[in-house]
Amino acid sequence: MLRLFKNLKELYKYRMLIRNLVARELKARYRGTILGFLWSFFNPLLLMVIYTIVFGFIIGPRDPSLGGTPWLYALFLFCGVLPWTWFSSSSLESANVLMVQGNLIKKVLFPSEILPVVVVVSNFIHFLFGLPILLIFVPIMGKTFTPFLLFLPVVILVQFVFSLGFSFLISSLTVHFRDIKDILANLLTFWFFASPIIYPLTFAPIQNSAFLKVFLNLNPMTHIMQGYQNCVFFGSLIRWKRLGVTFLVALLLLLVGYYIFDRLRESFPEEV
Amino acid sequence: MVAIEVENVTRIYQKYSARHRFKTFKSAMIKGDLFKALRPDELVTALDRVSFKVGKGTTFGVIGENGSGKSTLLKIIAGIAKPTSGKVSVRGKVSALIELGAGFHPEISGRENVFINGIMLGLSKREINEKFDEIVKFAELEEFIDAPVKTYSSGMYMRLGFSIAINVNPEILLIDEVLAVGDASFVPKCLDRIDDFRRRKKTILFVSHDLTTVEKICDQVIWLKDGKIQIIGEPKRVIDTYLQDVALKQEEDFEVRYKEMDLEQRWEEEEREKRWGGREIEITKVTLKGLDGKAKHVFSPKEGLTIELDVKARTKVKDFVFGIGLLNSKGVSCYGTNTHLEDFEPVSIQGEGRVVCKINQLNLVNGTYYLDVAVHKRDGYPYDYHRSLYSFLVSSRHKDEGVSRLSHSWSFSPQIKINPPK
Repeated sequence: MLRLFKNLKELYKYRMLIRNLVARELKARYRGTILGFLWSFFNPLLLMVIYTIVFGFIIGPRDPSLGGTPWLYALFLFCGVLPWTWFSSSSLESANVLMVQGNLIKKVLFPSEILPVVVVVSNFIHFLFGLPILLIFVPIMGKTFTPFLLFLPVVILVQFVFSLGFSFLISSLTVHFRDIKDILANLLTFWFFASPIIYPLTFAPIQNSAFLKVFLNLNPMTHIMQGYQNCVFFGSLIRWKRLGVTFLVALLLLLVGYYIFDRLRESFPEEV
Repeated sequence: MVAIEVENVTRIYQKYSARHRFKTFKSAMIKGDLFKALRPDELVTALDRVSFKVGKGTTFGVIGENGSGKSTLLKIIAGIAKPTSGKVSVRGKVSALIELGAGFHPEISGRENVFINGIMLGLSKREINEKFDEIVKFAELEEFIDAPVKTYSSGMYMRLGFSIAINVNPEILLIDEVLAVGDASFVPKCLDRIDDFRRRKKTILFVSHDLTTVEKICDQVIWLKDGKIQIIGEPKRVIDTYLQDVALKQEEDFEVRYKEMDLEQRWEEEEREKRWGGREIEITKVTLKGLDGKAKHVFSPKEGLTIELDVKARTKVKDFVFGIGLLNSKGVSCYGTNTHLEDFEPVSIQGEGRVVCKINQLNLVNGTYYLDVAVHKRDGYPYDYHRSLYSFLVSSRHKDEGVSRLSHSWSFSPQIKINPPK
């Protein structure tokens, strides 16, 4: 525990480096593209268009709480997909990051925990770029802003801690078990559908099945996604108790993830 | 003042067997031996109870063969790897030149990479700003600094990496064989910079295979062999001992090679190209020896060489000449002579006998040499000619060139200030 805090303090000392590495990551990502940085806005926008066409017009919204219009459903979807993209891409990237940046670990005196942090933070910044797109569409799609929008940072914080913990865990274990990468890709697909992103939690088939209700409630992402939807879409208060418990779970994951990362740290230079 | 203190450091590497290497998370979960899978099968000791101290301001060389633990030692001192047991204490800011430009991102410009790399090496943004021009100038990259690093040649890459690392201005500089890739004009520049460090009383740990440079710049040298310290001390002595050991090993290699392929078999295989003649007189065995009479194949230029030929004549032969020739690896004849050229008068030979040719001092430059031996008639008709069937090695610390080392000495008038070799 003591060592953990010492390491975190160390991490703070490296904040300059983290900042620069994140900047480098963002710069390098769109280097060579014509639209450059605009892709950060276009990507979520295009995603939104696709989801509107497929789930709004072709399949059609089925839950009454979505007002039955394709446009509202698209907005609802976007509330979940945008933060989910942050979570899933930072998880997938952190599965690779220690191997990709192996040179740093092997040849430079470099605290390796910076790497998953950089992954989560740079994806977070992408998420932040997408956020205005989401908010612009709130009035366009016929919803209004409510004061509950101010709770959004709380939800973001919970997801940040959760993503970070998950990234520590995944990145360190993948060094020893390379096939986590493939397992993870499938797991994330499953996880996506097991979280209320394309359907609201109030969807009738879920409310009617005790098993599904328990199952979804045990999934931390359920509460995080619901948090976003409450703040932006439904305009209601976030569910403090559930989100609070989720936050504790996220903190626990961060501790466990960091502990495992720390335990395996010394094997990185040889294994990556 | 001690800058680096290494106490009883052992580093054991885990060597995973092929079975474990391909073991996957899935199978680990199924068999339930997740943590057993993380345990190694075999251990490799890279460093074995190594202890030494490096005084502040000294330049310390580390030599040894590949795989002797030099790089591991450097990484442990740099803090990149942890010792399995033992303790390392380092006093002062360390900069390690282990791989130049490690962590450069290919897609972004040299300028941005300088900043990120500098921060990684422990500089602040302000410090980098101050030193930026100097870094770029030293690397000779003024024109290209805003181009993405992926467009750089490997030399440019290395120069930029070196330039950043050296400008970190550490108290302790660890250098691992990084100068090997520089071109003819950049390496002296780097060495100048290292000299500059020495003058400013910084501590340098220098790992290199370039023994001449090690001898030139180091105050003390340590020789590692199989992870153990063989000897620490004054450069010349350590390097000489090391070279003797290398020569010994080469000697063993030669012997193994000779044993693997016994003479008869070799002759059969190579006969058509490498051995010819009527065999009225036959050379049955050729032995290379030192002047002390011991068989050997690795010589220093100052040593002598004895060539022994066992010969056998089936019938009585009255016309015969014995000859030898030395060729270097490029096929250039370095020396050749025979008994006829030196006006020996053959009378008769019958049955077995032995011919010994003694060369008092080889005076050859570094390299592998091949030996021709022959017995033939005065008019050139060959009885038995062995072409380059035998070889030996001349191993020297000096890198002089040419075919032969001519015996020489230097002298300078008093106006010329020049230091003699240490």
